[in-house]
Amino acid sequence: MLLTDVLIIDATDRMGWLAGRLLADLGADVIKIERKDSERSASQWRAVNVNKRVVEHDATQAADRENLASLLACANICLLTPGSSQAPAELDPHALRAAYPRLVVVAIRSFGAGGPRSGWKGSDLEIMAAGGAMALAGEPDGEPVRISEPQSYAWAGAQAACGAVIALYKRETTGCGDLVEVSAQACVVTALSHAPAFVDLSGIEPTRAGAFMTGRSITGARYRVFWPCRDGYIDFIFYGGAAGRRTNEQLVAWMRARGAELGALAAIDWKVWDATRADQAEVDAIEAPVMKFFAGMTKREFLTEGHRREMLGYPVSTVADIASDPQLAARGFFQSVAGAAEAFCGSFAVIDGVRPPLRHSPGEAFALPQRAGAGLKLASAKGEMRARRRS
Amino acid sequence: MTAVAQALAGLKVLEFGGYAAGPHIGKVLANFGASTIHVESRERPDGFRIQYPPFKDDRPGYNRSGCFAFFNDSKYSVTVDLKKPPGVALAYRMAQWCDLVIENMRAGVMDRLGLGFATLSALNPRLVMLSTCNMGQTGPRADQPGFGSQLSALAGLCGMTGVADGPPMLLYGPYIDYIASLLGASAAMAAVLRVRRSGKGALIDLSQYECGLMFMGAALHEFHASGRVAQRCGNDDPVAAPHGAYPCANGGWVALSCWSDAEFAALAQAMGQGALAADARFASPSARRANKAGLDALIAGWTQTRGADEVAQCLQAGSVASYPVVTMSGLFTDPQLAARRQFRVRRHPEMGDHAYCFPGFDLAEAPGDIVGPAPCVGADNEFVFRDLVGLSEAEYETYRRQGVFD
Repeated sequence: MLLTDVLIIDATDRMGWLAGRLLADLGADVIKIERKDSERSASQWRAVNVNKRVVEHDATQAADRENLASLLACANICLLTPGSSQAPAELDPHALRAAYPRLVVVAIRSFGAGGPRSGWKGSDLEIMAAGGAMALAGEPDGEPVRISEPQSYAWAGAQAACGAVIALYKRETTGCGDLVEVSAQACVVTALSHAPAFVDLSGIEPTRAGAFMTGRSITGARYRVFWPCRDGYIDFIFYGGAAGRRTNEQLVAWMRARGAELGALAAIDWKVWDATRADQAEVDAIEAPVMKFFAGMTKREFLTEGHRREMLGYPVSTVADIASDPQLAARGFFQSVAGAAEAFCGSFAVIDGVRPPLRHSPGEAFALPQRAGAGLKLASAKGEMRARRRS
Repeated sequence: MTAVAQALAGLKVLEFGGYAAGPHIGKVLANFGASTIHVESRERPDGFRIQYPPFKDDRPGYNRSGCFAFFNDSKYSVTVDLKKPPGVALAYRMAQWCDLVIENMRAGVMDRLGLGFATLSALNPRLVMLSTCNMGQTGPRADQPGFGSQLSALAGLCGMTGVADGPPMLLYGPYIDYIASLLGASAAMAAVLRVRRSGKGALIDLSQYECGLMFMGAALHEFHASGRVAQRCGNDDPVAAPHGAYPCANGGWVALSCWSDAEFAALAQAMGQGALAADARFASPSARRANKAGLDALIAGWTQTRGADEVAQCLQAGSVASYPVVTMSGLFTDPQLAARRQFRVRRHPEMGDHAYCFPGFDLAEAPGDIVGPAPCVGADNEFVFRDLVGLSEAEYETYRRQGVFD
């Protein structure tokens, strides 16, 4: 495991859950601090709190506060969502930095630590709006939309994990911890890709394009992205460049082999066709016969034949499609904790040819070391915890 | 470079590949002080340099692309022709010098170039190599090429965007690539940390598809547990009501949500219609959901006469979650993003002043920065090969004569 001997105290609410999960996947020992009455049965909790162990905490109890302090004294990283209902009130980021100079403290907030709106309330919806993502999603004349599966918490968690390991590297170099400040709003901005650059370089305001892609052509032409098929939708785009050329040639060859009407496609030399200069009339003409062709096939047919022909494009999957994808099965992506039937996304990276197994079921209790002399065995393998016991 | 970042000072990163998922890892590490070298060739430069707008003044050119700039600030660019044997030999020298190789070519391409992990780790046993591609390095579709914009659909993300009775919606750009690159950066740094402790290098196989599914984890868990297939539902939420975006004056929109009856009462009060809180049509979340169309019309009737900022500030004063739907131009003036210097202007030799995007996190005691603008093609050949990799003048000249830098 890559992060063997790294102990993480995870005192986050939903905005930080993924951070601890990702670091646990990399081998860290993650101890999740939970209120005794916290809800742990929902998928949204279980999916991102698997691979951690839980210590229940009641901030009114002196023994619990002492136990938490003992854990922090041994920890490398502490993940926090300050101000949240789940966060133990005594865990102030700056106070932790002062008390534990080698500790990496990660503080995740909706709108960051400073600035005039740092205290604003925001759920996934408002954070996706504040980060610009909703301005780019939805029908051009319709309501801006978020992704129905909340994303801003995941973006914050992913960037928090990244900041944590960067700070951990610095700690190993300098001996000093650090405070990693995470703004979920700013994390969402990353997902906008180069859209803001249109404003900065060209004065163009990218907007919602619905089921189409804009910004590909300097003429402003829109390219269709989602095409109805027999059992859903296919995602296919006429790309330019070398990669697009092969795909476009293969699509025409596939249509020709099926006897499909080619229309304007028949006359195009893909070696010289330039997606960045095509105008709307040209794009509409080449897309019309493809619409008819795709309407007659299934998503799995497109996936299989598209792969055989080395084409760009994928079906629009549901979770049912994903759960039965042979590619994921071959790589052992979905995993259970040993002996249990509950299925999860497995560890996100394959390291040295092996996907690290999930080690802990969601909610598995961490047995705290007892006071000196109590003689109970330490449930953690952490070297630092052992050192604490010996001392 | 025009600024300094220290947290990863001394970390040496080499990138083979192009477009999004690989280069974005190197960008983030460079923002925190790593020396990141983007390897291209003049014959086949990074595809983002030329294939997609925006370009400075709408004039395409290798050194004028805003798309390339987004993924490659704070790096050095070198040109190495890997189809020439001396080019491969030079790549070996670089691999011996660096700590981390990031590559995002199709599965198997690095092996075919003679740059597979077995070869490079024999030269540098402490090397970490992160290979990222659409499907991962193994499996029946490992060889499938693809771009992140479409892979987001395979991973279920586009299908979960849009209204229930409408088509899926596009997510801008290679959405899933940013997921993979952030997860990849964490994995790569974790491996580098292991090297420091144990001396043991690592090979990381990162499937961008699988990384994207980590952002769908709850929906997938629920399907496995109950068979429920999650569906797109516009802006609806199973708990909050109302929960959506509402039109404002001057074409703006505001997002708002109420998570309790008390919050709805605060919204109604802000609207000047406090009686709505006691109205049987809106007195509970289930009632508000059942009468969604009527409630949305009432809220929109109030928001449409006001600016989005005004609505959001008014609601936040009453502890109701709300924020303007920030546009791309609005990102540059949003007071919260401005306070953390989300966009930082750096001067590029051909593009002039350009605003580069900083990550969503920072270290309080060793802050990162946009260390420099995106590099021009091959701009750093001499500095990187002579001063960093350590070629002698004669070696450098030999490579130049052999056309390795062409």
